[in-house]
Amino acid sequence: MNAPTLFGLCAAALVGIGLYGLIVNPRPLRKILAFNLVGTGVFLLFGAIARRGAAVGMDGDPVPQALLITGIVVAFSATALAVALVQRLFDEAGSVTLAPDAPAKAPVEPPDA
Amino acid sequence: MTLALAVDISLALLVLAVAGWIIAVRDTFGAVIGFVAYGLLLALVWVRLAAPDVALTEAAIGGGLTGALLIGAAARLRGTEAAARAEYPGAFTRTLAAVLAVTVAAALAIGVLALPDPAPTLAPAAAAASLATTGVGNPVTAVLLAFRAMDTLLEAIVVLLALLGVWSLAPDRAWGGCPGPRRPVDPDGVLAYLAQLLPPIGIIVGLYIFWIGADLPGGKFQGATILAAMWLLVIWAGLADTPPIGRTWLRVLLVAGPLVFIAIGFAGAITAGAVLAYPEGYAKPLIVAIEIALMPTLVLTLALLVAGAPQRIPPQ
Amino acid sequence: MPHSLSTPDVTTPGGLLLVLAVLVPFVGMLAGMVLGGRGARRVALATLVAGLAIAIAIADALVRSGDAVVYLLGGWAPPLGVALRADGLAVVMLLAVAVVIGGIGVYARADFGTPPGVREVRAPLMFWLLLLAVWGSLNLVFVSGDLFTLYVALELLTFAGVPLVSLGGSPETLRSALRYLLYALFGSVLYLLGAVLLYGAYGTLDIVLLAARVHPEPVTWAAAALMTGGLLAKTALFPLHLWLPPAHAGAPAAASAVLSGLVIKGSWFLAVRLWLDVFAGVVTVPSAQTLAALGAAAILVGNIVALRQARLKLLIAYSTVAQIGYLFLMFPLAAGLAAAQLDSAAAVNGGLLQAISHATAKAAMFMAAGLIYTTLGHDRIADLRGVARALPMTLVAFALGGASLIGLPPSGGFLAKWLLVSAAITTAQWWWALVMLVGGLLTSAYVFIVVVRALAPAPEGWTPKASVPRYQEAAVLALALCSFLLGMAVFCPVDVAGIGRAVAPGIGSP
Repeated sequence: MNAPTLFGLCAAALVGIGLYGLIVNPRPLRKILAFNLVGTGVFLLFGAIARRGAAVGMDGDPVPQALLITGIVVAFSATALAVALVQRLFDEAGSVTLAPDAPAKAPVEPPDA
Repeated sequence: MTLALAVDISLALLVLAVAGWIIAVRDTFGAVIGFVAYGLLLALVWVRLAAPDVALTEAAIGGGLTGALLIGAAARLRGTEAAARAEYPGAFTRTLAAVLAVTVAAALAIGVLALPDPAPTLAPAAAAASLATTGVGNPVTAVLLAFRAMDTLLEAIVVLLALLGVWSLAPDRAWGGCPGPRRPVDPDGVLAYLAQLLPPIGIIVGLYIFWIGADLPGGKFQGATILAAMWLLVIWAGLADTPPIGRTWLRVLLVAGPLVFIAIGFAGAITAGAVLAYPEGYAKPLIVAIEIALMPTLVLTLALLVAGAPQRIPPQ
Repeated sequence: MPHSLSTPDVTTPGGLLLVLAVLVPFVGMLAGMVLGGRGARRVALATLVAGLAIAIAIADALVRSGDAVVYLLGGWAPPLGVALRADGLAVVMLLAVAVVIGGIGVYARADFGTPPGVREVRAPLMFWLLLLAVWGSLNLVFVSGDLFTLYVALELLTFAGVPLVSLGGSPETLRSALRYLLYALFGSVLYLLGAVLLYGAYGTLDIVLLAARVHPEPVTWAAAALMTGGLLAKTALFPLHLWLPPAHAGAPAAASAVLSGLVIKGSWFLAVRLWLDVFAGVVTVPSAQTLAALGAAAILVGNIVALRQARLKLLIAYSTVAQIGYLFLMFPLAAGLAAAQLDSAAAVNGGLLQAISHATAKAAMFMAAGLIYTTLGHDRIADLRGVARALPMTLVAFALGGASLIGLPPSGGFLAKWLLVSAAITTAQWWWALVMLVGGLLTSAYVFIVVVRALAPAPEGWTPKASVPRYQEAAVLALALCSFLLGMAVFCPVDVAGIGRAVAPGIGSP
């Protein structure tokens, strides 16, 4: 086994771990964290693929490496938007539950609960 | 087993362990701290994968800025933790999720093991094209600003659009006002101390990383992130405030980067035969010009994304 | 089956127009951000005109050359560079979106103005900037020839769509927006995962090059499954539809029209692109049948739930869930026909027409609901008395849009469903025809209920809560008429949708 394969398998496991957390954890911030884990898994897989493409004296295929930088910045923007949304929801409703029946009961809760 | 492989295996196991902990731990604040550590570990993995550009980006953005963003949010939302515990899905959903997660991970693992050997790669093509026609020594920069300049342009727009989305979450009365709460100044605090100590060093490091990006690992995103972090530090220490989002100078700086990029891109249609192409001999100066124009835009956008939605009534 | 975009990779005449179609809306957005307030609305309205002209010019270039319009960005050919390509499918969508955005823009002019005495107000400024961003992102989805650029386009579409949901700022809309964002991010990360696998296996992200290189093997299947799954979550196909109704119904009317009419078509179009052009030789008929089965379930569940709604906007939103189902019926029909080496263009045209007629009809209906809300002060279906008297033109528009959703001739919905039904019968998949029939009946039930309630005479002395400008009603009616008369496309002399694709037979020969 070499490093790209090893980290490729690690990436597969990260996607799995993140996916599980994304589905199971009800708290929005935890879902955002889990989404980031899936995202880094995808990026790591791309990185492993880039490393496999080392040739002509380069340590890796520069195309995926460049796209990775774009991907990381896009994932950060997504996280920022999601976190801002969670905070505003908290300010307005006093809770951050995603449950569909929440609108009916949310205003009843005290804002500092 | 070689030593390098042993190091890699331990690193991979450590990354997986921290990832599992981020998902499993009860306290969200703890999970966020775990995520920052995770980002730094990943940066090490990127070094092991011989991708120093990505390692810098991951450490600066993935670990640093994302971490700062999430720590702030987790601290504010601590009170909602107990209520959320009741919403945990039952055993059936959890089993289903586990089955799905394992299936996807297994399919990916099979895919990884089945990847063709020798791997298809664009490295020779990029190497041949980047030095010959762009004069840029760092092939990653050549991909970002020549071969796939469109993606980089669109990415600058993505970041700005995300910022608009964050701003759109302002209460109506705070529209045009300053993002985030006003931070109190604590002249003897450690934060104020750091905010006076670090920025001069950070600014030099950030500009250096930005400047060497054309030829060595580094570049505008990594440099911009470091500068943004310095600015945020000064803001959090209460030594400066976020600018009101209604200010024209702010709006101009925010759109200047993408607009200059687009202008140089369309100029290429006249001078070099295609949009986003560079006339012969001018590729490197034009690429550097685009990077310089994008720099203030990126610093402001990245920092303001962390600062959040406007919350205070705008100054008259 | 040969790959369908059969064009060599050189920039063709008119190629520059593709760059303009993508970048002009974004330049409008950037300019609007600096000008702020009233300036943003002026820039947006000017961009609507320019964008429509660009779309028409692209269609002209396509029909003139009889082949796809191509532009190599930076002069770099794939796999190193990125190509923009517009075949018939893309051009039809470009045109349709330009028209719908235009209609929505005219309508929104009244709702999203900056009141006098104020420099800038949040919601109007945001609406105009996001409208332009949605437009640029959709155009990019239609013309991009590169899987990673398409990923960026999907994310742009998400970042433009989510703030539209929460424009009102109430806790319910914030919650819907957050749920939508999480679904959408989940969808795009799965899509990216598939694209990464494809790059690892075949060394390119270019659609045309991939189409020539992919072959049936586990990596390709995994990539196809992940990408399709991600796109389904973004398109809100049953059972991943739960985020859609509250998100679309809670937004302001013009924003609902953008979200329901246009935004979901982006990820759907990408799924079509992948299945027809990249994975054509890889996907199996059973997998296409699975997609259509989900579509059929969406038609039944969406329509039945729509029938039970008490509020008009939610009814229209659930009807979107059902209409998305029709969009996925085309997959096994096109695949079945292609497998039998028959002309699959009828099924593809049927799906495309369904997308366009739904875009126009649904935008019209959401905006009609907005006018009804303004006039009555509520949108309870049980109490729509007076609508016929106060808003006759709007009620006609609603009925025409509904007729297109039901599939009455000569509407676009009729032609779409006719093409799909005949493809179903040709390929001996009659059960899909049956689903469409039942769906049509259920749709007619709720459209009928709304129209009858609205026709009821108003009580004595009733006056509208507010009056609406006549041009808003005209914009709604114009879009509804587009949808209602789209069936006339059968008389179009050229099969625009088939240009630049390997199989290019005459349109709509049912």
